[in-house]
Amino acid sequence: MNAPRTLFDKIWDDHVVHDQNDGTCLIYIDRHLVHEVTSPQAFEGLRLSGREVHRPEETLAVADHNVPTSNRAAGIIEETSRVQVETLERNVTEFGVPYLPLDDLRQGIVHIIGPELGFTLPGATIVCGDSHTSTHGACGALAFGIGTSEVEHVLATQTLIQKRPQNMRITVDGECRPGVTAKDIILSIIAQIGTAGATGHVIEYAGSAITSLSMEGRMTVCNMSIEAGARAGLIAPDAVTFEYLEGRQMVPKGGAWEQALANWRTLPSDEGAVYDREVSLSASELVPHVTWGTSPQDALPVTSEVPDPAGEVDVERRASIERSLAYMDLAPGTPLVKVPIDRVFIGSCTNGRIEDLREVAAVALGRRVAQGVGAMIVPGSGLVKEEAEEEGLDKIFIEAGFEWREPGCSMCLAMNADRLEPGERCASTSNRNFEGRQGRGGRTHLMSPAMAAAAAVTGHITDVRALL
Amino acid sequence: MDKFTTLTGVAAPLRMINIDTDRIIPKQFLKTIKRTGLGEFLFNDLRYNPDGSEVDEFVLNRPPYRHAQIVIAGRNFGCGSSREHAPWALLDFGITCIIAPSFADIFYNNCFKNGLLPISLSEEQVHKLLDAADAGSNENFTIDLNAQRVTDPNGEIFEFKIDPFRKHCLFNGLDDIGLTLGKAAIIEAFEQKRSVQNPWLKLGP
Ligand code: SF4
Repeated sequence: MNAPRTLFDKIWDDHVVHDQNDGTCLIYIDRHLVHEVTSPQAFEGLRLSGREVHRPEETLAVADHNVPTSNRAAGIIEETSRVQVETLERNVTEFGVPYLPLDDLRQGIVHIIGPELGFTLPGATIVCGDSHTSTHGACGALAFGIGTSEVEHVLATQTLIQKRPQNMRITVDGECRPGVTAKDIILSIIAQIGTAGATGHVIEYAGSAITSLSMEGRMTVCNMSIEAGARAGLIAPDAVTFEYLEGRQMVPKGGAWEQALANWRTLPSDEGAVYDREVSLSASELVPHVTWGTSPQDALPVTSEVPDPAGEVDVERRASIERSLAYMDLAPGTPLVKVPIDRVFIGSCTNGRIEDLREVAAVALGRRVAQGVGAMIVPGSGLVKEEAEEEGLDKIFIEAGFEWREPGCSMCLAMNADRLEPGERCASTSNRNFEGRQGRGGRTHLMSPAMAAAAAVTGHITDVRALL
Repeated sequence: MDKFTTLTGVAAPLRMINIDTDRIIPKQFLKTIKRTGLGEFLFNDLRYNPDGSEVDEFVLNRPPYRHAQIVIAGRNFGCGSSREHAPWALLDFGITCIIAPSFADIFYNNCFKNGLLPISLSEEQVHKLLDAADAGSNENFTIDLNAQRVTDPNGEIFEFKIDPFRKHCLFNGLDDIGLTLGKAAIIEAFEQKRSVQNPWLKLGP
């Protein structure tokens, strides 16, 4: 009998084109997502060496980082952003790559549209020149971010040279209490293992708190795997996955669907499979989390206080906390719920899906955005936007004083016009609170959509459980 | 890609942990469609004040380090995004080697694709090197890729590990894509197998 294998082992073994016997393998890539920021130099490389795209049909391009989220009809005003999007459009035409233009209803953030269109499938390998490609692991696909040279390599060969990562399992058991979401699970995991806690590993998330999540929640968890340093995040495909995928535009149909299902059911890790590392935590104790610093690992329960660097024994860590607190303009010992906010950003590939918007609407209904707070909601894709409008969520948002925008990355990294001013403090549902991430001098507190909505209506960081 | 064989140069000490890619090259500079010209914006928010003047204390603004070819930094260097603009910016500034206790995976990979050598040594060794780099004019740090050695200005030698394949490509300046295209027949055989075993994965003809 063969040794028991993990979900990761099975997908990896299934995609080894050639073991190069030097610690690396040539891996086949089934799906390649392309966006405007990390691809221009890759297409340029192909052009300079006279190479073609090996399997354009298995590539899908979309512009998301630079796109305006208001008044699309006016086009992209800022020249460098416009040139980048136009360059993508020129490249996809020249190389015959499928592309979703800005006026296509399906346009949106790469990591939202992949699963949504059924481009992402269980058991597949998926890459994109973007670190949050880990999101797609929620469908049971091995999905990871790559650099531009690797984008060029995949375009030219549909393969990648990779070193086999290690297996890590994070088991989250128990039931989340009301107000505690997938975002709180992943923030607390990162707080526990640190931003380099999973470097070199593929994380498989398991346990009852994970399997009871919706696909949207699973994507939120897998999305932030990279914030713990992981190569990828994975969740075993199950009935929830299949139900989510069935009937989506690019998913196999009829007999092919049945055949695929039979294969996908063999993917979950075998009983007794060995992981290089194991971590576990309990969801039933979990409280909504927010970050206070400038690294995603700087997350704490909302009921706590800003930490005191004096209590840190590691000298480098202490210096880094001091620097974070100075940047964030926070005094040690301040209760997190006393921290006032100026802006709210709801969206991104972490939390820009329909379920996230429903959570926001539940808090926003019958309330108003606090005086002096600017709050924007940016759906992750045109399809998310359409669904939200069909459900009437947009009306709830607008009535409560939120801005309802067009899909894109927006203020997650502020490459378009949506950004924080120096010193502004933002409650954000995105994934990175690095210095300057949402605009130079801007201060980001990461949290769940429900928590961000609660901050919007109260004007300060708030324990959403009091508003439910 | 340029070959990396040996390097003798100034090493800049950057005593910070978790230096993320947003810090190495902030997002406003990712709008370029070229690989070059990013050196001016390397560590932009650490290096320049909001009015554009230089931050005097920042290490790369201080005399011997303005021409640094090596950076020595704290653990988990290059965490965050996949942007290859980070190694491009370092290279464009003139830095071809980074020494740290650990690196984030994607950044580490990206370095090798561009002829930039990331070396990981123990925390203790990196601290020694940081102290050595602090000593002002220090242009005699030597990196020997073939021997897998760093020699500091005091003559102390630190041996480092590196994957044989990555070393081979870096040392010879090899283009990965060319190597892989040489395996076109193996790739095609794999594709045949895939269309039989997992036909639903295939899109298009
Ligand atoms: S939403 Fe943010 S994290 Fe996600 S792809 Fe866009 S910029 Fe990256």
